[in-house]
Amino acid sequence: MLAAEQVAEHAAEHVGWFLDHAFLIPLVPAVAFAIIILVGKRLPMKGSEVGVASIFASLVLAVGVAYQWIERSHTTVEPVIRKVVWWQSGGVEFSVGQHIDGLSVVMLLLVAFISTLVQIYSLEYLRGDRRYTHFFAALTLFSGGMLMMVLAENMVQLILGWEIMGLCSFMLIGHWWEEETNSRAALKAFWTVRVGDIGLLVGTGIVFFGASAFAQESGSNGFSIAAINEWALNDTSASRTVLLWGSVALFIACIGKSGQFPLHTWLPDAMAGPTPVSSLLHSSTMVVAGVFLVARLYPLFHTGLDINVAGQQFNLIAVIGGITIIIAAALAFVQTDIKKVLAYSTVSQLGYMMMGLGVGAFTPAVFHVFTHAFFKCCLFLCAGSVAHSGSHHSFEMKKDMGGLARKMPITAACWIISTLALCGVPFFSGFFSKDEIIDNAHHNGYTVFWIVGLVGAFMTTAYMTRATYLTFFGVARGAAAGVHHDDSHAVAHDVHDTHDVHDANDAHDAHAGPHESPALITVPLVILAVLALTAGYLNAAPFHLEKFTEWFATEGREPFPELAHATFEWVNAMPSIVLVAAGFIVSLFISRGLYGEKAFFLKGITKRSRPLRAGYTFLYNKYYLDALYENVIVRAVAYPISKATYWINQNVIDRTVDQVGLTGQSVGNWVYRNIDQRVVDGAVNGSGAAARGTGSALRPIQSGKVNQYGALLFGAAAIGALVLVIVNT
Amino acid sequence: MLINEFLLLGAVLFCIGIYGVIARKNAVMVLMAIELILNAVNLNLLAFALRNGSPDGHVFALYVIAVAAAEVGVGLGLVLLIYRNKRTIALDELSEMKG
Amino acid sequence: MEVLRTNNALLTIGTFLPLVGVLVMMFVPKGKELLHKQIALLTAVATLLVGIYSLTKFNYGSSEKLQFFADTSWIKVIHSNYTVGLDGLSLPLYILSMVVTVLVMIYSWDHIPSPGNPKAFLILMLVLQVGMAGTFVAQDLILFFVFFELVLLPMYFMIGVWGGEDRQYASLKFFLYTMFGSALMLVAFLALYFQVSGKVPAGEASFNIAYLAEHGGLLGRSVQIWIFAGMFIGFAVKVPMFPFHTWLPDAHTQAPTQGSVILAAILLKLGTYGFVRIAIPILPVAAKAWAPWIGGLAVIGIIYGALGCLAQTDMKRLIAFSSVAHMGFVMLGISTLTPLGFNAAIFGMVAHGLITGMLFFVAGSVKDRYHTLEIKRLGGMLISMPRMGWILGFCVMASLGLPGLAGFWGEFPAIISAYSPAAGLNHNVFRVFMVIAALGTVLAAGYLLWMFQRVAFGQPKAEFAGASTGHPDGHGHGHAAQGDDHGHDDAHDHDDHSGDIHDVTFFEWVAWTPFLLAIVVFGVYPQLMFKIIDPAVNLTLKAFGQG
Repeated sequence: MLAAEQVAEHAAEHVGWFLDHAFLIPLVPAVAFAIIILVGKRLPMKGSEVGVASIFASLVLAVGVAYQWIERSHTTVEPVIRKVVWWQSGGVEFSVGQHIDGLSVVMLLLVAFISTLVQIYSLEYLRGDRRYTHFFAALTLFSGGMLMMVLAENMVQLILGWEIMGLCSFMLIGHWWEEETNSRAALKAFWTVRVGDIGLLVGTGIVFFGASAFAQESGSNGFSIAAINEWALNDTSASRTVLLWGSVALFIACIGKSGQFPLHTWLPDAMAGPTPVSSLLHSSTMVVAGVFLVARLYPLFHTGLDINVAGQQFNLIAVIGGITIIIAAALAFVQTDIKKVLAYSTVSQLGYMMMGLGVGAFTPAVFHVFTHAFFKCCLFLCAGSVAHSGSHHSFEMKKDMGGLARKMPITAACWIISTLALCGVPFFSGFFSKDEIIDNAHHNGYTVFWIVGLVGAFMTTAYMTRATYLTFFGVARGAAAGVHHDDSHAVAHDVHDTHDVHDANDAHDAHAGPHESPALITVPLVILAVLALTAGYLNAAPFHLEKFTEWFATEGREPFPELAHATFEWVNAMPSIVLVAAGFIVSLFISRGLYGEKAFFLKGITKRSRPLRAGYTFLYNKYYLDALYENVIVRAVAYPISKATYWINQNVIDRTVDQVGLTGQSVGNWVYRNIDQRVVDGAVNGSGAAARGTGSALRPIQSGKVNQYGALLFGAAAIGALVLVIVNT
Repeated sequence: MLINEFLLLGAVLFCIGIYGVIARKNAVMVLMAIELILNAVNLNLLAFALRNGSPDGHVFALYVIAVAAAEVGVGLGLVLLIYRNKRTIALDELSEMKG
Repeated sequence: MEVLRTNNALLTIGTFLPLVGVLVMMFVPKGKELLHKQIALLTAVATLLVGIYSLTKFNYGSSEKLQFFADTSWIKVIHSNYTVGLDGLSLPLYILSMVVTVLVMIYSWDHIPSPGNPKAFLILMLVLQVGMAGTFVAQDLILFFVFFELVLLPMYFMIGVWGGEDRQYASLKFFLYTMFGSALMLVAFLALYFQVSGKVPAGEASFNIAYLAEHGGLLGRSVQIWIFAGMFIGFAVKVPMFPFHTWLPDAHTQAPTQGSVILAAILLKLGTYGFVRIAIPILPVAAKAWAPWIGGLAVIGIIYGALGCLAQTDMKRLIAFSSVAHMGFVMLGISTLTPLGFNAAIFGMVAHGLITGMLFFVAGSVKDRYHTLEIKRLGGMLISMPRMGWILGFCVMASLGLPGLAGFWGEFPAIISAYSPAAGLNHNVFRVFMVIAALGTVLAAGYLLWMFQRVAFGQPKAEFAGASTGHPDGHGHGHAAQGDDHGHDDAHDHDDHSGDIHDVTFFEWVAWTPFLLAIVVFGVYPQLMFKIIDPAVNLTLKAFGQG
């Protein structure tokens, strides 16, 4: 389809088939999407097989890419850049291609792997859904979009993948669009991200023109990611202002996409989608896109936002990340919906990643993306498994869960392992990534963010302990106790999986009470749990295992800023370990008290104590940010402002037009009446009167009889002839 | 030359035509009478053309024939419409044009 | 100016062929409606074939040159010639006008608006096609003006006779407003001619656009600015730019579906095309002086149109207002006076024509079925007519500028190009425009998706719930099952909407598929069009020292 205009300098180098053809990875799901949409409904498994197969093919390709990359990384980590010119306009080339380096290899592997597991899980979870085929189509394209984004060679391609994800998230979150809550959540997600996209469009423009001159020397243009990075790092003539504004604008896009404060409010609402969607959205795609963009253009942000500059205690990325960690973790405490706890936990963890990037802990941040994907995906799928088989499609921890550990041992075990990983308990994967971020913040002199990280670790442990206790331990409540209450969906608008799902297929759903989920659900869970346990050892600093860095890190090898690294000391890790332990104990104690059977002095404290109640209300209302956005800003734009604009349109501009028209008409009337009729016509009327007299005199001649006319004609002609004859003679 | 005879014939035809136009009541007959008048004129034109040896008269005659054809077409169309609407083509019963 | 004179009768044939059809239809009695439709469609298809033939004969290697060039003297007294030619600027729009006419004809097959009379309706449409094609090929100002005006009359009658309830007002407003604009435009043309003839050897001056583009630079700055002002008003009314846009919502809302589609797809482009072809190349100095104002009005239009959309309760009026916003992006691209912005503008014109044309088609079909376009009363369209709902969703996504669909490649480069406008323009002002325009994309997503949510999502409203006939072929039974749940139980107490609400019909599919395909194809491979536009744009902007 495209003119194969490969970049000459790279074409010569032999890098292995998979690396050369990495662009196939997003292409396979894209083609699969078309197939599912066109013929999916006629296929035996309603198109889901195409989706699973295509993602699996992508996974195979991604594994091949990773293998060849690792092989190659012993000698060189020069990125494998391939591109073809897609189109050009006004001398600007827009290309598509691939930019394969350590970062994109990790992400490709991660996205393809998680997507595969989620698709397999969805086979069972959504069985019998009324839009099964559409679901798989959107899910496949969603992964395709993310894969496209992570290997993007240039900003335009990146935007393409970015927006495709936005579209798919809209379709998936609003999957059950019959309910207004769901379509509202879908719209909210799309709009919020779109607000961030202003930054993406503007930032791309700024960076494009900023880097153009520099990039042209190496034969590319300002869209090329490699060129932007080199420009930001090496071009001493680059304007500080351009760098600053470019990175700020692009970071706004990341705030929107990665759910950072203050645009995080769409993420919890996005739970309206089916659970596999939440899981995919929150672990490896969509929300990490923002983090990925910062990592992708790290030299730009590093220079533009003064990261790691001596004496600078703060920078935009770290501040936003830090705020996000704390506020999101605090919100997780007041949630009763298990998926919302996880959603806020994701927001908070994304805050860690951003903060990590902001304090110069590049590899730990990317590594945290890597490990987080496994345990967060696992946690969501566990929540889904609980809802699917344990709590009768309810996600309400307080109403419908509790004591499920005995009924669903596999799910519970997977959940607990992942929770430990999330909390950063030593020897679980989260420890090796999160602790590194905290440690590096300390090492790089960002004391404030070191403390923020520690507090965040404490809070994470505390709210996860609460959620675990509510779900799997203590007394069984509601559906978990075997009580069917089909009317639950009518009362609680938070019930996301509509009852149609199980109505449509009672066969797999006719359960007498909570039980363990079938294999299609538990197998992905177990795989993910194992990885949540072990993935950390790819880069376990305490044991001097640094394979991840060795294989994938880009630092110091391609154009990349100089970053300082903390060396791991158990002493430095102690504060966080202690805080995690403290968080666990405190939270367990309080949770047992609050949600257990026995009377406890803290029960109902938020109702009794005024300051605590105020705090609770404040948190419960999500700092009133949603209220600000939805009720103030959006409502203002949607109603008074647009109404006012329209009023001005109708009553000022349009009225002017009408008035001009009417004035023209009345001027015309006036002229007609006063000038035409009186003055001009007056003169005419004089002659008119004379004519009228003549006319009435001649009137009898007009008999209307044709013959008479003929005779007159003849007579007149005869007279005329006579006159002629007389004159001529 | 037979010119006088031609002119005489033309005059006779013309008079018949005039009579027809003035005296007949049937619209179709009136139209035919008009044709006669026109043909009388044609005869005169041809006769003079022969006498003067110039082709002008022939050209005029051809022109008149063409116009006459059109005129009959329109005229008959009118008559037809009048008949449709009035169920008559007697001219003395039609005086819509009376001013 | 170098031109290619091969096949020089092609454009004349392509432009005037519809008149043959008109002539034939004149002689066919009014009652033979089928025959009229056949003749009209045949004529339109034949015209399109001529267009396609010229596509194959077009020399893509030199798309900056005028091709199929013909030049005969026409009105000698004022040195106005019958000059036609086609280059990369006009080719896409020329072909688009033909395609749209054919598809609208197909759509008209079973959608003749009340009060019927397909003969007159189709004849007007063919005449309209002559005017549209003529405007895009004319290379002489007087000829351009004649075609530009020729378009007005059929559209006036279309709105005035076949329109909605308020058609008299809307059509008159449309007519007078555009007439007012074109009167000033004509004055500007004449002033330009006389001013130029004062500067060149006697008898040499002409209305030839290329000639004027070469000699327009001779005029003084203030003369240029005044002449530009005349043209500006003429074209800006047609675009329409804020604050000359108020005829548009009325005209669009009242026009029959076919009229709206043509209006959106082609007629609005006459204005922007005028800027690109005439005003800016001929008067470069004035263009530079005016550019910040044009850009400013463009971004005001973007935001203002979007806010206007949010206030609408009528689907068709909303789409009409969205045109104001989208044409704002086009004008922003033009106002940068850079090749990047110009290309984006021309691409944006075609993309907007396809997408908004399609949206109007859908709106028309919805009106046919529901007999209302009140957003509040619609709802659950994805359940009652799933395919129509998906098509609407697709168009909404295309319209809000999703990458991979045509709309994006008009918007995105236009926004970017505003960061770095042509030399001599104030960069900071344009950078502010850039941010405002980017904000407009959010608002676009706002009003379009909000409309989509209210129209397509949820359950069908009670008054229409029983009217759905479900799926004709049982395909997509998931929805059909849904329809069964909600509709057929109370199928006995149908109201008068019974059976009205059916999914996309055969003729609709035939008319729409090319649109939908084109949106995807141009979105996936925009080079198809940029390849043609780019050289012509570079030549046009020669005066600005680029390309």
